[in-house]
Amino acid sequence: MRLLIQNGYVIDPSQGINAGKNLMLEDGRVVGLSSYSDPVPDGVEIFDATGLVVAPGFIDMHVHLREPGQEYKETIASGAAAAVAGGFTTVCAMPNTNPINDNGAVTRFVIEQAQRAGLANVFPIGAITKNSDGSELAEMGEMKDAGIVAVSDDGRPVPSAGMMRRAMEYARGFDLPVIDHCEDKTLARGGVMHEGHWSLVLGMRGMPAAAEEVDAERNCLLAELTGARLHLAHLSTRGAIEAVRRAKDKGLPVTCEVAPHHWTLTDEAVQNYDTNTKMSPPLRSRDHLEAILEGLSDGTVDAIATDHAPHHADEKALEYDQAPFGIVGLETSVGLAMERLVGKGIISLDRLVELCATNPARILQLEGRGTFKANAHADITIIDPEMTWSFDVSRSKSKSRNTPFDGYAFRGGVVATIVAGRIVFRHPDYGRVTVSRASHASVT
Amino acid sequence: MTELGNGFKLKHLLGIRELSADQIVHLLDTADTFRDVSRREIKKVPALRGRTVINLFFEPSTRTRTSFEIAAKRLSADAINISVSTSSVSKGETLLDTARNLQAMAPDCIVIRHSSAGAPHHLAKVCDAAIVNAGDGAHEHPTQALLDALTIREHKHSFDGLKVAIIGDILHSRVARSNIYLLAKLGATVCVAGPGTLVPPEFAGLIEQGVRLERRIEDAVVDADVVMILRVQRERQTDAFFPSMREYAVHYGLHLNHLSLAAPDAIVMHPGPMNRGIEVSSEIADGGRSLILDQVTNGVAVRMAVLYLLAGVGHELEVPRKGNTATSSDSRATGGVRGRTRNPKRGTRN
Repeated sequence: MRLLIQNGYVIDPSQGINAGKNLMLEDGRVVGLSSYSDPVPDGVEIFDATGLVVAPGFIDMHVHLREPGQEYKETIASGAAAAVAGGFTTVCAMPNTNPINDNGAVTRFVIEQAQRAGLANVFPIGAITKNSDGSELAEMGEMKDAGIVAVSDDGRPVPSAGMMRRAMEYARGFDLPVIDHCEDKTLARGGVMHEGHWSLVLGMRGMPAAAEEVDAERNCLLAELTGARLHLAHLSTRGAIEAVRRAKDKGLPVTCEVAPHHWTLTDEAVQNYDTNTKMSPPLRSRDHLEAILEGLSDGTVDAIATDHAPHHADEKALEYDQAPFGIVGLETSVGLAMERLVGKGIISLDRLVELCATNPARILQLEGRGTFKANAHADITIIDPEMTWSFDVSRSKSKSRNTPFDGYAFRGGVVATIVAGRIVFRHPDYGRVTVSRASHASVT
Repeated sequence: MTELGNGFKLKHLLGIRELSADQIVHLLDTADTFRDVSRREIKKVPALRGRTVINLFFEPSTRTRTSFEIAAKRLSADAINISVSTSSVSKGETLLDTARNLQAMAPDCIVIRHSSAGAPHHLAKVCDAAIVNAGDGAHEHPTQALLDALTIREHKHSFDGLKVAIIGDILHSRVARSNIYLLAKLGATVCVAGPGTLVPPEFAGLIEQGVRLERRIEDAVVDADVVMILRVQRERQTDAFFPSMREYAVHYGLHLNHLSLAAPDAIVMHPGPMNRGIEVSSEIADGGRSLILDQVTNGVAVRMAVLYLLAGVGHELEVPRKGNTATSSDSRATGGVRGRTRNPKRGTRN
């Protein structure tokens, strides 16, 4: 069966397309784009996308799906459901599960669970070091054969520069990007929020911006030394963004991502001790937030990633300094991007698609994704830029509820998500599918 | 819920930062009226008869816990002490479950000390009882600041233009934070000094009025009317904020020669417990300028005032106006305290 996404506004930066087009899908693949006026063949399913933006499926390259080991927080199935509800057709699962994804068996398990769930594409990211403890390289070759798309010791960044160098050299042999959560633990130790005015007021130990920046600079220097592809995760400080900007000016293979909470909230949000404002890297001060916006707008930032980090309500109900780091983000990312970035003129819709689809696919070398080129995977995110909606966490598809964005109102949101040609999420008010009966018109 | 100054309602005492100057003055005035109860032979008034006060202490404390217990008992409240070591809690019940269980027994007030900043705020979300912060991590210790203020007011009469130097581990000190907020709200200027590792530059902007930072004690105490010494928290030493106790004592301990730089009638305070010979020499601690034991005495009066206003018949209180004596409903509620004692008037004491 063929599916025609009709009368939508297609944005595909991979081909420089930004125009009203119909998009034909067949057997899980893209057939091609056509003009509104081109005849529609009989027997084609039609999704009416009038007034909607049709983009290559969004890719969240940084999520925590908690399976195996912490299924009470999230499963691959519930995480994938949250992903497609948030407009993501593909997510990349970080390896800090239990056991850690540091070998081919865990990698294969994650992929099989994702196939069973059958919603979003899930690509695992393998550990850099065994058990992510920073001492011995993990078997990257085996994991690559099993299906990982990158390596990272996210959350437990490789402390030793010497080990990081070896990891980058070794990963280069498999053409795997190395993703690093930049945090010098000797500087950030014991910190539960950004170090600055608010950490002093609240009497909590801070993580200075320098803890992130020292590590970002180190990693950029190592990228220069090794020639490995380096991707810096969820950057939150001005200095870290500047480090990437300088590396790019030098022509180094360095990319980076930022997370929605870091362009939305500052550390002032911590003042009521709400543990849903606790994540790592932490909410920073206004100047750092401005630097994130500048990086998004000037092209320094390559990708938007949520760092979706589900935690059970019981864990987040602990005292602030005892509660775990992290918030869920899959279902609010596009809303926060539309409201706070596109809506405020920080970035264009084209740039949004670049950040959410084109670039993540390029960084992770996901063949046939992030594009509408012929025969690409039929992964599509459909957005109504004018839809007003608000996020109700009680209706979240995730198993966890740890978000500071409950009740937030947005203009612009996801109305449908299509994975491999199948509509896996659809907003009830949009895109009822009909079947064409005549060669020139669709039934509405 | 209690009307405290300017029509602000105060259900809990979580910190000084969110109080107005009027609320602080009202708390101090109320404490003044309770001071004399402790000087009588029968140290008890019926103000909180039938009320239940739970002292929930997750950190070791002798002074503060005893002070709250005595305060509650002198008001005729039923006081229950619960001391929990944080380690045993981490194995079992969460703070919120503890709080819910206590709430189920319908206390009127829960006094909490906890090593986590924000723990009292956490409790306030699930408890109907009035929550009193008796020290939360490095955040606030409001009753300490109030008792310090009561002590200062007793000797200096006014806070306007008063110069206060706070010396020591500012970074980890809830006492310093609460005092800085309170003193600034009442018109004093604050200077802090201590090792560079324990006095972050951002402290200068902690409050709108600004805090003066000095590197050397000698510079901080010049012309100071009040010198507050903070305790060296030995338990923090795992992080090596300074090289040795010996070096601390030499460079950041308060010695007699420092006092000659301060105002001639300068007073010295310390929240306790003291490390003699480290942050303060015994000559100073036991000398004529030291008000360290007065602070402890005033602690009981301040805590009586806090418990009375939050857990008691405080809602009957009228808001006292500046310069007025306490209102008549005060004397009714305090069981006729004033009939037997001096009627305190702010600013006219000597």
